[in-house]
Amino acid sequence: MTSSAFSPSVTSRLSEIVGATNVASDFAQLATYEIDRKLPAAAVRPGSSEEVAEIVKFAAAERLALVATGARTKLGIGCAPTRYDLALDMTRLNKVIAHDPGDLTLSVEAGVPLAKLVQILAEHRQFLPLPVPFANRTTIGGLIASGVDSPLRQFYGTARDFLLGMEYVTGEGVATKSGGRVVKNVTGYDIHKLMIGALGTLGVITRVNFKTFPMPLATRGFIARFAIAENALDMRHRIARSALTPLTMEILSPRVAELFGSDAATRYERAPMPGDVISNTEWALTTGYAGNEQVLDRYANELKRLARESSATGVTILSENLPPAWARKREFIPIALASSPATTIVKISVLPVRMKEAIAVAQKAAELNDLRWAAMARGLGIIYFAILPSDHTEQWRQRVTTAASAIQEACAKLAGHATIPWAPAEWKTTLQIWGPSRPDAAQMQKVKSVFDPQHILSPGRFAPNL
Amino acid sequence: MDSQLLHDLKSLLGSEAVLHRPEELMLYEYDGSVEVARPNCVVFPRTTADVLAIVKLANQYQTPLVGRGAGTGLSGGALARKGGILAVFSRMNRILEIDIENQRATVQPGVVNADLSAAVAHAGLHFAPDPSSQKACTIGGNVSENSGGPHTLAYGVTTNHVLSLEAVLPTGELIRIGSSALDSPGYDLLGLFVGSEGTLALITEITVKLTRLPEAVKTLLAIFDTLDDATETVVDITARGITPAACEMLDGWTLRAVEAYVHAGFPLDCAAVLLLEVDGVAEAVQQHAEEVADICRAHRAREVRVARDARERDLLWKGRKNAFGAVGRLSPTYYVQDGVIPRTKLPATLRRINEIGVKYGFQIGNIFHAGDGNLHPLILFDARDEAQFRGVVAAADEIIQFCIEMGGSITGEHGVGMEKDRLMPLLFSEADLDVMRDLRAAFNPQGLLNPDKIFPSKKGCGEIHVRPLPLAGAPSA
Repeated sequence: MTSSAFSPSVTSRLSEIVGATNVASDFAQLATYEIDRKLPAAAVRPGSSEEVAEIVKFAAAERLALVATGARTKLGIGCAPTRYDLALDMTRLNKVIAHDPGDLTLSVEAGVPLAKLVQILAEHRQFLPLPVPFANRTTIGGLIASGVDSPLRQFYGTARDFLLGMEYVTGEGVATKSGGRVVKNVTGYDIHKLMIGALGTLGVITRVNFKTFPMPLATRGFIARFAIAENALDMRHRIARSALTPLTMEILSPRVAELFGSDAATRYERAPMPGDVISNTEWALTTGYAGNEQVLDRYANELKRLARESSATGVTILSENLPPAWARKREFIPIALASSPATTIVKISVLPVRMKEAIAVAQKAAELNDLRWAAMARGLGIIYFAILPSDHTEQWRQRVTTAASAIQEACAKLAGHATIPWAPAEWKTTLQIWGPSRPDAAQMQKVKSVFDPQHILSPGRFAPNL
Repeated sequence: MDSQLLHDLKSLLGSEAVLHRPEELMLYEYDGSVEVARPNCVVFPRTTADVLAIVKLANQYQTPLVGRGAGTGLSGGALARKGGILAVFSRMNRILEIDIENQRATVQPGVVNADLSAAVAHAGLHFAPDPSSQKACTIGGNVSENSGGPHTLAYGVTTNHVLSLEAVLPTGELIRIGSSALDSPGYDLLGLFVGSEGTLALITEITVKLTRLPEAVKTLLAIFDTLDDATETVVDITARGITPAACEMLDGWTLRAVEAYVHAGFPLDCAAVLLLEVDGVAEAVQQHAEEVADICRAHRAREVRVARDARERDLLWKGRKNAFGAVGRLSPTYYVQDGVIPRTKLPATLRRINEIGVKYGFQIGNIFHAGDGNLHPLILFDARDEAQFRGVVAAADEIIQFCIEMGGSITGEHGVGMEKDRLMPLLFSEADLDVMRDLRAAFNPQGLLNPDKIFPSKKGCGEIHVRPLPLAGAPSA
């Protein structure tokens, strides 16, 4: 672990802004803010967006690199920061500013835990379609900044599809905003979209406005099992061509059953996984849907027919057990991370009809290098391919590096792309975390220069110069 | 205009692709708004290479350059406010690729919105954004303005359907952002460029998502004797968690204007109608239609009609989509607003709009996307009467002020353009606007591309200057 202490003048200025009790500089506390073996010299906990702006302004003047943090569940995504002086702990900004149930809109501070919102919205039979990884702990700011997706993107899209506006602080310490709080708005540039998935490299998110959704009527889950991936994907294509519009659709590889049934899995979702619905040796297509009784019957019948046409070996319909079973899908990433000492997750994105080739390529790359793996593919063409090495020694690093770059190369040929959002800290320098350099890199650089000219916001986490 | 530039443009594009005579230019000094600005010349690129070359010439001659699709915009976004070159994309109108299996299409910017949907209808797909002008407006224009439409209530606006863009920056760089595969790594540049109103780049190619057409559709017309009953119905539908595919409202006055033009069978003696549509799998549609009809009746709807077949449905929509045209028959000019309000504020806002109409002595028709709180008050006036001009601007400002007080916005889908730039300080601080201006400068450093749009000039910021609307037919600057 590396960290360097601040001069007393820096610490006293920070204390002036947020109060001495909200500045941490002892090792035990700082250790909890670790990012890829790096520790900050101090962690500050602002209580308002004004304090955030003050801190960032000060950091910009002093050229201190800062990383905004929430529940600290996803700081491992991307590269290690090249510099890390200050952790900006946003968890005191935890107010729900407004929930207008009649308008289906919501405005919250960045540090509000997702779980709290789930509760508040449920009272009005509403919800945010964001069942993202680490759902029980993550903050709103963290889930937006990390850009993680959820099974519900199949029907509801990702955060960018229902984010209405945002307040954030630029790298120069200017509190500013974009968008608004109404469900339709084209006033000014949609800067809030730029902030999604930018890993805090463009601004510190302080407040977020969402559109909320009415809770669907009864939901059911359907699982079909297949001998080979090709058949599961065939069923995916048949559903896409049908009139059905399921809420979720994930294809699970063999070994996902083992992962979902592990002790590690219960750490992220305590509700038990129903037994025997997925198998360790087969592929599975899992899909969730909602509606009235007739609609549910229609889905069950059609899905059974489509499964049969795709040579399924068996099907299961889940009703009461749906939330727990589906929670495991939500938590695939943390469960995979907990299932090996050196889990490396390759996120593959290809056109839906190319998924078959992408999965085959990844599978071959892993097996050629004697690597255990498990995969969850979303119906829209996103594949989370988890490589599960038995150790993090040099020999394993080499094997993973070889496999990952083979996958990345093959995906580029398939007109897709593959990034490595999660990998052991010490391997990150030899992996192409963000894939090969992109033709639009120069445009991203322009954006970065506007928001963070001093390069103090999470420097290096996103890409060498971003 | 520099005659050498004109000569260069002609030798680049051919003289049939360059217009410069005053009588030719007059056709391009308008769009669908009340704004007027005449370009110095109009050019029609056919290829991305043409666009690159035009941008180079604009730089060489330091001439403003503005992109334009079909000119149906409602905020002056595609008008040459500072003169210069107007690049019209109507000849870049090829559908380049349709990928049915992956539900993608790649098009040139001049492809007409409805043409794309027609081209993929055989496969049960469509391009979901459906502005009322969809039979004329181009997808390039839709992308620039982040256009909406009646069905965006359930399907989202343009930005939710764009995957990738090829574009030419005003600096002459050809860029490609986003990708056909989802989650293109890096910053969401697409999110920034879609809806940037032609101020960041000229778009030369667009890849969009195609959406499956619903299996079943039911279109309902609910007829009300009071405006309040209609607006309360919308509030109730939203609050009960029902999301219709579309929820449009027409007030009685507008309805009569539309009926006289379209003969859709709208009732002539009511205060308002709601045009509601539910779609999806057949089993759900039946139930949702009944629920919606019940809510309408609970709010004293006099009658709820259900379109019996596609012909009846088309007729109802024809009435809605031709409404602006119908109003145009009754008044020399109308000024259409685009304010948005939280949906629970609909009843109060409609009442306020009526009061404002009475106060200033204008007939105001209301036809709008009630389901997402996106209002379109149409203020009828005579542009030749200068006193009416001032009155209409004052009335419009009062409406917008009220929308903002309700927690709303100044534009839901028409864009800021050159019409609402002066209103931006009502929503955004100078710091907010500065970040946006800096972003524009990062891609459009000399401001040659679509100058003086979206952002108010720095001078006199913080106060609103009422800029007199230009007189129809009067020579523009």
